[in-house]
Amino acid sequence: MTILDKVTALLGEGAVLEAAPDRVPRVAPGSPDAVALLLGTAHQEGWRVRIEGAGTWLQSDAPADLALTTRRLDRIPAIEPPDLTATAEAGIGLDQLRQQLADRGAWLAIDPPGLAGRTLGSIVSTATAGPLRHGFGPIKDHLLGVTFVTGDGRMVQSGGRVMKNVAGYDLTRLQAGGFGAFGVIVLVHLRLRALPRADVTYLLEGAREDLTQVGEDIAAAGLTPAALELVSPALARRERWVLGVRLAGSPALVAADEAGLGAASGGGRFTSLRAEEAHAFWMRLSEGFAVRPVTFRIGGVPTASDELLDLLQHQLGDEWISASPASGAIRWTGDAGIDRLQRLRRTLAGMEVPLTLERAPWAVRQAVGHFGAYREGVGPLVTGLRRTFDPGGALVVATEGS
Amino acid sequence: MSLARDLAAIVGEKHVREARAERVTYSMDGLPTHRRVPDLVVLPGSREELIAAVRLLAALGVPFVPRGAGTGLSGGALADQGSVLLVLTRLNRILQIDQANRRAVVEPGVVNARLGAAAKPHGLQYAPDPSSQSACTIGGNVAENAGGPHCLKYGVTANHILALEVLLADGSLVELGSAGGEPWGPDLVGVFVGSEGNFGIATKITVRLTPAPRAIRTLLADFSSIRAAGEAVSAIIASGIVPAALEMMDQSCIRAVEDSVYAAGYPRDAAAVLLVELDGRNEGAVTAETATVTEILRKSAARSVRSAATEAERERLWQGRKKAFGAMGRLSRDLVVQDAVVPRSALPQVLDTICAIAKHYGLVVSNVFHAGDGNLHPNISFDATDPVLKKKVEAASAEIMQTCIDAGGTITGEHGVGIDKLRYMPLIFDAESLGAMQAVRRVFDPHELVNPGKVVPVHACREWSSMGNAEFGMRNRQAGFNSAFHIPHSAFVAGR
Repeated sequence: MTILDKVTALLGEGAVLEAAPDRVPRVAPGSPDAVALLLGTAHQEGWRVRIEGAGTWLQSDAPADLALTTRRLDRIPAIEPPDLTATAEAGIGLDQLRQQLADRGAWLAIDPPGLAGRTLGSIVSTATAGPLRHGFGPIKDHLLGVTFVTGDGRMVQSGGRVMKNVAGYDLTRLQAGGFGAFGVIVLVHLRLRALPRADVTYLLEGAREDLTQVGEDIAAAGLTPAALELVSPALARRERWVLGVRLAGSPALVAADEAGLGAASGGGRFTSLRAEEAHAFWMRLSEGFAVRPVTFRIGGVPTASDELLDLLQHQLGDEWISASPASGAIRWTGDAGIDRLQRLRRTLAGMEVPLTLERAPWAVRQAVGHFGAYREGVGPLVTGLRRTFDPGGALVVATEGS
Repeated sequence: MSLARDLAAIVGEKHVREARAERVTYSMDGLPTHRRVPDLVVLPGSREELIAAVRLLAALGVPFVPRGAGTGLSGGALADQGSVLLVLTRLNRILQIDQANRRAVVEPGVVNARLGAAAKPHGLQYAPDPSSQSACTIGGNVAENAGGPHCLKYGVTANHILALEVLLADGSLVELGSAGGEPWGPDLVGVFVGSEGNFGIATKITVRLTPAPRAIRTLLADFSSIRAAGEAVSAIIASGIVPAALEMMDQSCIRAVEDSVYAAGYPRDAAAVLLVELDGRNEGAVTAETATVTEILRKSAARSVRSAATEAERERLWQGRKKAFGAMGRLSRDLVVQDAVVPRSALPQVLDTICAIAKHYGLVVSNVFHAGDGNLHPNISFDATDPVLKKKVEAASAEIMQTCIDAGGTITGEHGVGIDKLRYMPLIFDAESLGAMQAVRRVFDPHELVNPGKVVPVHACREWSSMGNAEFGMRNRQAGFNSAFHIPHSAFVAGR
């Protein structure tokens, strides 16, 4: 009996999809319980399982006995506009979720890199925040709780559905950015905001150093942008670097910030974008990170942003890069080999700056790892957590690298 | 050689409390319903002393409980017999304030309000502001993931911690997180915050500071029904404006405050008042948002809406709110403070049910809470020396908790589980999820030496074969272990 026969007997024919391009059987459980059943069996049988969402972000190339895709977990069990909360299954595409929330006057204030249909589970498990992190924080700040299935098929709930919750240890934050190493997220409870009454975008083109200064001036002037992102010319498809400023909130707040923007522009002139232009600009930025083979993020302190951008330019080139100078977060995408990535990570470690590999072909992930080497004493903790949540090592995730 | 003498050799004799009269001082936290007298109380004066003390205790297998100022409200920092209480209030240095990067590095015993005061000259603030902020410590805030009124806009402690140096139960040190906030690997800072001291002791804490607001408006609105006040809360949130704080007090609480030295000028005949604060960096925007919120409050049947005209008036309005728990001391000798959270839209219905429960048991329940977050604090005033009354309070507390859970809520929003809410944990988590938590705890602390008996009700857990931490107890061996410290556990009580 083949693996596929066993899976079919377990979950029914509807759960078996066309095999992945690398011929690994692809299975799409239709419910959280089915995920638990599949992983429980995988654990017993010793199958190696790779986790997939819609297949638009992380390359589907990890060697495995089967690919578990969450794409049939695409329900939204609850949207509660008065409470500004929602519960969604992990396989829902962000575009669909956004639309349904907007129809109810609610907003999930995240704009992760990737294509429009990228799944919620992929975004949460990789903790890939976009420019809105400036005003609304990292992905974990938007989570109230998650339900996940461990590598041996146990279903675990963490957190809840309310705005504050300190009951028990925070396993939600272990899952956010865990890259699936500690289980497969199946259900996510989200913290929402009211759809902003005003939402405008301004762009300023110029030399990188000048725009960084403008960014600092905007922060010093007390403006509170939702996003303040420095984008390389290639990524922005412009002649020069671009500073994108998104103002979102109450009309009064946005009007006040608009008035202050001119004074902070250092003599340059911000261009106001029409709604569809703004949408296209931010969309292009998101999608730009999903087309080149390697994408990573680094997180330094704000005053190190310039130095880190110089370093990236020197070691890898700065064609495809986006940075939030006020928060110190930088994302790079392009083509980079194992040696160069490892060398860069070592250099950054010397500066106390972590590099998280977000997407890359399997050979690179396996060698470099999403996280690379841990700090002293942390490795045994992470190993202990992995063994706790995946005792048989069923989940194929390259966390540390070789 | 006794354990007390060995610990005194590390921290100095006067910083080890052996006499019962001294130890009793540490037998409670801010919650009067639990009492445990620790066997020994030790107050290290530096990080190095703390590390040496923990390494000694780990080597002997003696459990220990870290404690800050003891203002917690869940019995989380109480030490059972056989445990040593490590009081961290002497580790109180602010190590760095980095204005340019809006960060500060502090020791765990730094008092919350002191950090706020130190940040202020730099135009910055440390946003989490629990009501006990004039006494509670940042280390305690990290352990409990403390909240506070202004967390509605700015987030709770977990949103403000960037990096930690953590002393594990075996006495080894690990650094979690980074100054920029990006984790090195999985987000272990996020896992540690709110772990109630079960994963180790934070010895160095890097916090995020935020720009201090330049404009602040504080409104007091009063209502003739709690339901109307609850509906006003929903209307404000639905407008898209996020106030810095949105607090509610009911009539019982209003009167307790007004009868106390913290009288704030709340209308005594109101069924409820809302304290709404709007802040921001732009005067015009805050003024406009205040006008919108005032309009919403009026449309939501507020009897009156008053704006604090001066900073002194604002402080007075806030003092009434922040000292409300203290003011309730006038109502009776004991107070049970609850800390449930419900979906905001369920507030009116849940508050009605709490009133009915109080009436049924003939108890005085006062509500003062973070309405914008749905974080309720129903407080029951009673006399704990009356066993019949005590039983009624326990029954009413359980019913209130069940009501909140039935409404889709949870058992604690900011006070933690400690020992007080252990019994409620199986009401919201199944055996598998509780087992997972216990397994994670064993990764950080395989022998459950740090703060044992808290957070997870072990009897309700499904078994997990946690793999623990493979190197536990094997690192840092060379530093701090003196053969003279290797004494039998039986020596623990000698010399008392």
